[in-house]
Amino acid sequence: MSIEVRGLSKQFGTFAALRDVSLEVHSGELLALLGPSGSGKTTLLRVIAGLEAADAGQILFQGEDATQQHVRERQVGFVFQHYALFRNMTIFENVAFGLRVRPKDSRPADAEIRNRVHNLLKLVQLDWLADRHPHQLSGGQRQRVALARALAVEPKVLLLDEPFGALDAKVRKELRSWLRRLHDEMHITSVFVTHDQEEALEVADRVVVMNEGRIEQIGTPDEVYEQPASPFVYEFLGKVNLFHGRLHHGRAWIGGIEVDAPEHTEAEELAAVAYVRPHDIHVDRVIHDGGALPARVFHILSVGPVVRLELIRDDSEDKELIQVEISKERFRELQLVRGDRVFIKPSRFDLFPNQVH
Amino acid sequence: MGTFKQYSVLPGFNLALGFTLLYLSLIVLIPLSAAFIRTSAFTWPEFLAVVTTPRVVASYRLTFGASFAAAVVNAIFGLLVAWVLVRYRFPGKKIVDALVDLPFALPTAVAGIALTALYAGNGWIGQFFEPLGIKIAFTPIGIFVALTFIGLPFVVRTVQPVLEDIESELEEAAATLGATRLQTFTRVIFPTLFPALMTGFALAFARAIGEYGSVIFIAGNMPMISEITPLLIITKLEQYDYAGATALAVVMLVISFVMLLIINLLQWWSRRSMAA
Repeated sequence: MSIEVRGLSKQFGTFAALRDVSLEVHSGELLALLGPSGSGKTTLLRVIAGLEAADAGQILFQGEDATQQHVRERQVGFVFQHYALFRNMTIFENVAFGLRVRPKDSRPADAEIRNRVHNLLKLVQLDWLADRHPHQLSGGQRQRVALARALAVEPKVLLLDEPFGALDAKVRKELRSWLRRLHDEMHITSVFVTHDQEEALEVADRVVVMNEGRIEQIGTPDEVYEQPASPFVYEFLGKVNLFHGRLHHGRAWIGGIEVDAPEHTEAEELAAVAYVRPHDIHVDRVIHDGGALPARVFHILSVGPVVRLELIRDDSEDKELIQVEISKERFRELQLVRGDRVFIKPSRFDLFPNQVH
Repeated sequence: MGTFKQYSVLPGFNLALGFTLLYLSLIVLIPLSAAFIRTSAFTWPEFLAVVTTPRVVASYRLTFGASFAAAVVNAIFGLLVAWVLVRYRFPGKKIVDALVDLPFALPTAVAGIALTALYAGNGWIGQFFEPLGIKIAFTPIGIFVALTFIGLPFVVRTVQPVLEDIESELEEAAATLGATRLQTFTRVIFPTLFPALMTGFALAFARAIGEYGSVIFIAGNMPMISEITPLLIITKLEQYDYAGATALAVVMLVISFVMLLIINLLQWWSRRSMAA
């Protein structure tokens, strides 16, 4: 089922959690809401679920207005960061809860309930724990139970609020790929909230990057990583280096480098910042045509297939370290050691006129 | 001893346990056992005769019956008070919260006199019941009112922290799964609260059984009708019938102990089935 969000706004006291947010979730896709804390991502998810009422705007499920619908009637499955399992019930009863509270005429028979719960527990690979209580399970197991419980009511939409946020790194990774596989099997429209960019890029079909109650960018993981729409997205998704320079009539100067900036022909003597990913920087011992920036090797981390260099610029007061990633092969070719003088040149970058942020 | 001892960063298990046993002995066990020793002045048939006279049996029934009824009422309304104090914000909430403790602090005799004045046939509240033919003060109903008054804080104060601990996420989870508010309360919240509620009930009940000060003013103290066992004990003491008084005390002790044991078992069982 598709979800459409139109012009949502939500205010908590003086704090604007959502500012005119519009968004479309396609049927059957797995969408990530990504952003720092306070960006409004959880509020958006809760408004979609009906756990929170928006001040303005609409929620449509499959084209039908659901804004006024009570959370009970929205048929959404919701998974909480801290599991929210019922501690007075066994795992089995937790999963069965949604079926047992149905009105008599739509409640499945006991045998049917037992059957369905066991199938769901098998799906999350916890059938053997059916008679335990939540406190006897590990965090990862509890979250899988919570997921089974949400799926038991056959929701049209699955909403997950930082589902792996309370788990340790290893379990997180396991559950992440497990969720992806589960989604590929079930194809239920799912939205999950996370502040972990790696998680969002790895699991989701599309990523919505949020900041200060607004959507910064919507796109596939490739799009948001390769073509960030704003400095915020650049900085939030992965490592990035900032080079300060200036823009004038479609030309840009960064240190000793001069390049074309065709999208900024209107600019007149503007301060600008070039955003460059660590792997988009070319390192050499000599200057090639077009100029380069002199720098010194400050630190080398050569574990793994990619070598990470930390450089300090020689031509600038800016003592911020520049992060560079080069292949092991290239590293051997250059035979770099600490303190070496090198020349760097961004091979790909995005220019943004200087903004206070 | 060594087998019970577990490694702990805080030393002093032996000392602490030793002190606990000594303290409990001095404060609780020795005074209580004195009651049993005193009673041994009686032979068994004599003892039975003293503790089963109709007047005494009537007082048992009243003491335990009224205490139980008061504890039940306190469990229901104490839960309600705790719920309101935890869940809602309203002006004067802190004052209401403080009021709950008042029955703890008030001298029980003062409570008894105040309640008697209110519930007497010409009192502020009693005057409305008088025309209906209901007398509250100087009847078992008055005893029940007094015991309800003194027992309220026990339930509120035991339920309140547990209620505060229940995350709103549990209720939200239940709602997303399609549960109505009533279902959420009866299936999720109440079972979670139940052990604490039982503790509050047991405390209120135990307190009511031992209550003397407030009851004697409002009870009227008519033999066979509104006479509680603690009063009978005092009466016997005033007549220098020490053995008779301790005999009644022993019976009360045993009954109270058995009842509290049953409540504790019930609690243990409900806690184990939930294993919180």
